[in-house]
Amino acid sequence: MAIIERPAPGTITTPALLPGAAEITPSRTFGALKRPVASTGWKSWVFTVDHKKLGIMYGALAMFFFIVGGIEALLIRLQLAAPDGKVLNADLYNQMFTMHATTMVFLFVMPMASAFANYFIPLQIGARDVAFPRINAFGFWCLLAGGIIINLSWFLGGAADGGWFMYAPNSGPVFSPSHGVDFWALGLQITGIASLTGAINLIVTVLNMRAPGMTLMKVPVFTWMATVVQFLLLFAMPVITVALFLLMFQRVFGAQFFDVAAGADPLLWQHLFWIFGHPEVYILVLPSFGIISEVLPVFSRKPLFGYPFVVFSGAAIGFVGWGVWAHHMFASGLGPVSVAVFSVATMAIAVPTGVKIINWTLTMWGGKLVFTTAMKYAIGLVFLFTVGGLSGVTHSIAPSDTQQTDTYYIVAHFHYVLFGGAILGLFSGMYYWWPKMFGKMLSERLGSWNFWLTVIGMNLTFGPMHILGLQGQPRRMYVWTEARAGEGFFNLAFWNLVATVGSFVLALGVLLFIINVWVTARKKELAPLDPWNARSLEWMTSNPPKEHNFDAIPHVAHLDEFFHRKYEEDTSTHSMKQVATAEKVLEDLERNPDTNIHMPSPSYWPIVLAFSLIPIALGLIYSIPVAIVGGAILLYAMYGWSLEPSVAEESDYEAGHNGHGAHHG
Amino acid sequence: MADTTHAHHTSTGQSNVKLGMWMFLGSECLLFGGLISTYLLYRGRVSEGPTPSQIFDIPFTSVSSFVLLMSSLTMVLAVSAAAKKDDRGTNLWLVVTAMLGATFVGGQVYEFTAFYNEGLGFTTSLFGSSFYTLTGFHGVHVTVGIIMLLALVAINKRSKVPGSKAETVEMLGLYWHFVDIIWIIIFTLVYLIPV
Repeated sequence: MAIIERPAPGTITTPALLPGAAEITPSRTFGALKRPVASTGWKSWVFTVDHKKLGIMYGALAMFFFIVGGIEALLIRLQLAAPDGKVLNADLYNQMFTMHATTMVFLFVMPMASAFANYFIPLQIGARDVAFPRINAFGFWCLLAGGIIINLSWFLGGAADGGWFMYAPNSGPVFSPSHGVDFWALGLQITGIASLTGAINLIVTVLNMRAPGMTLMKVPVFTWMATVVQFLLLFAMPVITVALFLLMFQRVFGAQFFDVAAGADPLLWQHLFWIFGHPEVYILVLPSFGIISEVLPVFSRKPLFGYPFVVFSGAAIGFVGWGVWAHHMFASGLGPVSVAVFSVATMAIAVPTGVKIINWTLTMWGGKLVFTTAMKYAIGLVFLFTVGGLSGVTHSIAPSDTQQTDTYYIVAHFHYVLFGGAILGLFSGMYYWWPKMFGKMLSERLGSWNFWLTVIGMNLTFGPMHILGLQGQPRRMYVWTEARAGEGFFNLAFWNLVATVGSFVLALGVLLFIINVWVTARKKELAPLDPWNARSLEWMTSNPPKEHNFDAIPHVAHLDEFFHRKYEEDTSTHSMKQVATAEKVLEDLERNPDTNIHMPSPSYWPIVLAFSLIPIALGLIYSIPVAIVGGAILLYAMYGWSLEPSVAEESDYEAGHNGHGAHHG
Repeated sequence: MADTTHAHHTSTGQSNVKLGMWMFLGSECLLFGGLISTYLLYRGRVSEGPTPSQIFDIPFTSVSSFVLLMSSLTMVLAVSAAAKKDDRGTNLWLVVTAMLGATFVGGQVYEFTAFYNEGLGFTTSLFGSSFYTLTGFHGVHVTVGIIMLLALVAINKRSKVPGSKAETVEMLGLYWHFVDIIWIIIFTLVYLIPV
């Protein structure tokens, strides 16, 4: 871990640390740039390496892209609300659904899961930061750089238009002549770097930096699930990287990879994409499974039913998730043996998912349920993800899937698993952890409206798509006509209108969340230390946590350590009896604070290195010299980075404070 | 064994950097896996231009492969010298490793030029596109390794390596050996097994 001996002033109150650290002025480090040491103002965010600040930044950026992707979705639904829609033309419609999916998958759900993982993994395992704090910051800035590149295409000749899976050869220069696909491919390469570095960082953090006594089977479920996700990212990202390179080489340098006239195999892209793409599905949903595995026990007042089963079924999903990719390709003529194998594997992967659903249900069974907004969202996930999961199992039956391929039935299915699964879980996490992150409670009244409008809107939007799809309405169809809408209950016109109305109800629900955040930010009232009577380590510190997370690293003896410090079993009645308040537990923990707390120093290099990728990407599209300039900045930043000591130098802090020397560890 | 000052208090006893490097190399396996699969799919697809058996010069590539493999030996010597805190030895073997690596890359440049002159361009055939992409990616990995080796020597001479010097050399060694192992696979699959 990169360390400095003196935490920034104003953030450390531990008596064991030096009282009132001096104001700090940066000194020269490598080359022209001075090391940033500011602890307040914009610089403390832009150059931060603190996992909590970065988590909040990930969350804010993801929320922004959620709104962007949501607006794209509303435009799609407006276009399809009535026959012969005039809102978008065919070309713009293609761009809109491509960018809606790309934004929601790569720029909303993944970063929002990263936000929670970054913020809560170190807290849940009793660590003070991640293993590589500068790489953590680098990942965030890569995500921003990639998001900028992907979305710049809107203003530079049109966005990508090949659908989110960008099937080649359809995404080749012949069929997609604008630069949209180039921006898309390069932007995703850059966000891929963020995912890869983040994965390495968090895996090492979880494996190496657990508090004393926290064996792997005492690690909270959210951390477990997030770790499985990091392993999936670690091995899935390089595959999409290869696919994107091949596409890029074809479009920029004229390579032949997807040129069918030259004998190329049109299935190459599909295989590479889905070998990445199917693990990606679990990358999107497993963090939410982790979140609700924290939320359900807390609000059922019971421990999680079958913790090892939840953990191992999550890991099993991670393994089997690699063996089912071709079920996305049943309609492509793989041959009967492949289809049979992938059908069976797809049915098999429903088993560990079913195990989880049973565990969640039995966690609630007989519990004293508390219906907070976080709990409602968690229960919503259990219901709605199950609906999506069941329609997913229908896809494993290849003959049936051949009928459903490229219809709205598929759209209905993956929105139930992604909205009903991933996104409801993320909202559950926001309501649950908001007081931890910001020290204030989100309004439960607004939260209730937020929840019900979202869930009703979601079902109105995506429910009818099952009917539309089974009636044969194809995906990616930019317009439908009255003449072909049919009659009676299965009338396409009626259900398309319902879906559009539903999408606006859904948007209203999300708007209420944003209003809730705004109202909460203006509220004066602070959250109690332990508002939910929670169970895991992240609650065993102040709200929001101090920069160094814990004054003293707790020794862990139990799964649900915090709960076991508050409650003990009454041996006569075999019931749990409260023996300490949260305040008391925290006071006990902080009585003997650690003396030498090592915190990582801020750095310029992560943002410089990440943003050097922007000129490289633009240069590859427009003019190679620009890319070379970007490459020079990249090399310079790497050199600066590797020469920058992980420990901030003495001269980075204002001299004249005599207390410094005493605190070197 | 490397200086373990950075490995203090980790749950596994391994240092963060080493664990992170292994994770990265695990990820790289999939990168080369994808590229090798693409090559194996396309190596027989020659719509125009030369076929693999017409242009591969196996004795030449065997020699350059041998040079690259020997660089793994010198890398081991560098790691061992660094573990003994022998700065002169470390620098010497790092430079020798970089020179052997550069010889390999030079051989690759020569080979690419020769193939190009025999009519195999990047856009000539599916074989050409996938051959240059696979071996090119490997060549870039070796080149990045050479840059890191020389940069490490330059920094080492001014004694400015942050953290543990021995561990930094060891990490570079892991990367270098990995790139060598990948070449053994590529050499076998691409050059030795006939289409």
